[in-house]
Amino acid sequence: MPYGFGIAKGMLVTLRNLARKPVTVQYPEQRVEQHPRFRGEDFVWYEERCTGCASCAKYCPQGIIKIVTTPSGEQTQEGEKYKLETFDIEIARCMFCGLCVEACPYDALHMGTGFERARPRQSDLVITIEELKASAKRPSTWFRPQLQNKKYDPATGEEVSWQDVGRESTVAPTYDEMRKRWVDGR
Amino acid sequence: MESNTLFSNLNEIYLGLLPESLSWAAFLGTGFTIILILVNALLMLTAFGTYMERRVLGRFQTRLGPNRVGPFGLLQPLADLLKLIIKEDLRPVTADRLTFFLAPVLMVTSMLVVVAVVPFGNGSFLADLNIGVLYLVGIPTIATVSIFLGGWGSGNRFALLGAARAVAMLISYEVPMIVSLAGVLILAGSMSLVEVVEAQRLPFILLQPLAFFVFIVSASAEMNRSPFDLMEAESELTAGFHTEFSGMRFGLVQLAEFGEVVITSAILSTLFLRGWENPFIPSDWQQVLPAQIWFIGKVLFFMFIFTWIRATLPRMRIDQVMAFAWKVLFPLALINMFVTAALVVVWPDPNPTYTQLWVMVGVNWTVAIGCLACFTRGLERHGKKPTASVQLVQMPAEVS
Amino acid sequence: MALPSESITINLGPQHPSTHGVFRIRVTLDGEVIQDIEPIFGYLHRGTEKLAEERTYTQIVTLTDRLDYTSSMINNQAYVMATEKLAGLEVPERGQYLRVLTAELQRVASHLMGIGFFLQDLGAFGTPLMYCFRERERILDLFEMICGARVTVSYMRPGGVNQEPPPEFWPDLRDLLLDLPNYIGELERLITENEIVVARTKGVGVLPRKLAIDSSISGPNLRASGVPWDLRKADPYDIYSRMDFDIPVGSNGDSYDRFLVRVMEIHQSLRIVEQCVQQIPDGPVRADVPYFFRPPAGDAYAHVEASKGELGFYLVSDGSIAPYRCKIRAPSFINLTALTEMLLGWKVADLMVIFGSLDVNMGEVDR
Repeated sequence: MPYGFGIAKGMLVTLRNLARKPVTVQYPEQRVEQHPRFRGEDFVWYEERCTGCASCAKYCPQGIIKIVTTPSGEQTQEGEKYKLETFDIEIARCMFCGLCVEACPYDALHMGTGFERARPRQSDLVITIEELKASAKRPSTWFRPQLQNKKYDPATGEEVSWQDVGRESTVAPTYDEMRKRWVDGR
Repeated sequence: MESNTLFSNLNEIYLGLLPESLSWAAFLGTGFTIILILVNALLMLTAFGTYMERRVLGRFQTRLGPNRVGPFGLLQPLADLLKLIIKEDLRPVTADRLTFFLAPVLMVTSMLVVVAVVPFGNGSFLADLNIGVLYLVGIPTIATVSIFLGGWGSGNRFALLGAARAVAMLISYEVPMIVSLAGVLILAGSMSLVEVVEAQRLPFILLQPLAFFVFIVSASAEMNRSPFDLMEAESELTAGFHTEFSGMRFGLVQLAEFGEVVITSAILSTLFLRGWENPFIPSDWQQVLPAQIWFIGKVLFFMFIFTWIRATLPRMRIDQVMAFAWKVLFPLALINMFVTAALVVVWPDPNPTYTQLWVMVGVNWTVAIGCLACFTRGLERHGKKPTASVQLVQMPAEVS
Repeated sequence: MALPSESITINLGPQHPSTHGVFRIRVTLDGEVIQDIEPIFGYLHRGTEKLAEERTYTQIVTLTDRLDYTSSMINNQAYVMATEKLAGLEVPERGQYLRVLTAELQRVASHLMGIGFFLQDLGAFGTPLMYCFRERERILDLFEMICGARVTVSYMRPGGVNQEPPPEFWPDLRDLLLDLPNYIGELERLITENEIVVARTKGVGVLPRKLAIDSSISGPNLRASGVPWDLRKADPYDIYSRMDFDIPVGSNGDSYDRFLVRVMEIHQSLRIVEQCVQQIPDGPVRADVPYFFRPPAGDAYAHVEASKGELGFYLVSDGSIAPYRCKIRAPSFINLTALTEMLLGWKVADLMVIFGSLDVNMGEVDR
């Protein structure tokens, strides 16, 4: 192959790419499309479902979830649901690994969708319980197969209520099902 | 000899405005007006060229270039200029005051001065020196010297080393550049640029492919552009002659560098592509567009070619650069000169017919392809071919 | 009479556009020829091995992502294989297939990045880099689909993988497998026969075969020096024994061979992904393993063929929920052993070329 043809072929490749549509996404007017399973920064928390068990705090590798509970005096028949005084998630050190979401046995905590939580001060980088209570309930489908099976998309979908977000069915189990699970399975 | 119609028209306008006794003032006024047009056009084209290069490079890389500052990013050169102006102008204590000041000034000046001879339209030029081509190759040598002044005057050991290497490269590349122009001069019969354009019955790019190739490569090296931009590479430890320049001093160096791209494109289009005329049809027929439009179009075309080369090729090492100049380009330029001279001896008529011209084209292209084949053979023997040195080996998986 | 000349020592500082991370080299030059180098690293040390002693086995997966951050899936794979060896866990088949699939995709992404930055160091003004990253973006989009994050994936768990990929993963993967070989071919046409690339990399930085074996170099660097050694063939793990692929082996051991071996490995990885997609069975993706599982006291070493070489995890357990010791055999760290011999006698301009062709990642070197 003659000398110089390698360079010529390379230049033709570059010329072909001149004709391609640019792949740039003009942030902030446009945003890259995220998959519903994206592990975002705006955590979604359902107060009605949370019992204050602090499994999320235990699973977190960094130990950034701070939960302070007091006995609430509610639902003492069913085993008492804690009243949460403090539920702080420190975004400054969080790596959004999702282990806390994996941990929650009641499907009360879910990952969110955003990535724009940068703040000028480090003290602002904490999600407090008021913020969690007030934020929009658009959970990501990460580690939530029930949301994925419903083909839920947090970017475009409606907010999900606390009754619909759990993995349990809304119909009470029959006697046979209960027997199969708790007696025969042992 | 084309008369300078631009000059005479403007002179008449000024003479009409001024009284008779101040005709020298009209002469001066005309000169300054044309200089104003030329310098402004060159600077505007440089600024626009930096913007265009960034956009075009972006499109080569399937991304957008700068498009935030102003509509379509057109004010980006202005933003760059403002940024450079408001930066602090540092001067090291060990720097020599005069040379440190002079170096960027000389670079820009030598670039601006070259545009005086370039004809950008039919009878539109500042001066038609009858040693135009000599002027074109002589003045950019000042830029070479000013690079060394900048490097030495910075008082920085690494700047001096970088400048010394840059000057060695630039001087070696001037030789093939000048020898390749000898072919053009032999065919044109005169060094005046206007005569060269008029002598191109067929554009010289067809008649002198070797000269075109050697000139465009040497000019790339003279301008420190890819693939010869080892002076600005961050992988080189010696950061080059402009290490200590900051603020507008650096801005002037960048201006000079990109201005040289524009100037070289203008020179290329004048010498090889018939300047202000339509390159596809003979000069006595009706030109489709005005002459200035053709000229600007050709300049932009060559700027695009330089950007295309920059987008594709990685840079060469300094010893490879020097070897390329002396072992490849210089022999090619000499061969081109001898072949052209032989053809002119065979047909000494200064106005050859079209048949003779097309025969010359055939001979020149055959010689060019022959040289390519010979160099390929030589390099193959040198052993740097991309042979298949990596093979696929089929190994069975060892199931333990 | 020879003029006396003194050598100068230059510091190629930790912040440098071409050093692939925070790496510092003190170079002793005689004119332009390198006489001696002293590599100084540790600027990215985060205490991964010490942190691992205080986290449970599942939490350490998030730490391993960040070792060689360009190939997180493979780091995860090596670590969870070590925990499974320690605890004697069985991984379901579908989990193994998903592991191999994502690991090979990650290898493609890592090699694309390595090639792109190598060409950037050569001075091709960012164009091949942009082309490589454009293709890498598609692979990262697939990772986002499968586990929610692009770079620090934390996808694998002891006993399998974390979740089943969503249904839209498989058509997108198929589109990628159809498009990517063409783009890689285009990249090859741009670069591999380019005379300037050949002139700058052929014969530069030769790593002789004996030195490579003596210095425990592994991965594409070893294969470029002529040693046909690949852990996926020599000691197959997961389901590599069922995959049909070839190993590119170089003959000269110079920078060009190292670069070309990586390009050809991308093609082979795409072959493996193709076969995984065809052969993958149904079933669970993760064995039923508790979060705080306690492996019996003992030790285990597991190694994989990472994109940079042999990545190994040595775990020592004392029966509790966190390992007693986690030692990481990082390939890039060991690959730097022969750096001095490879660089001696070359010019400064070749330093970046040779270092770039080794494809070292500082996250692994410093841990």
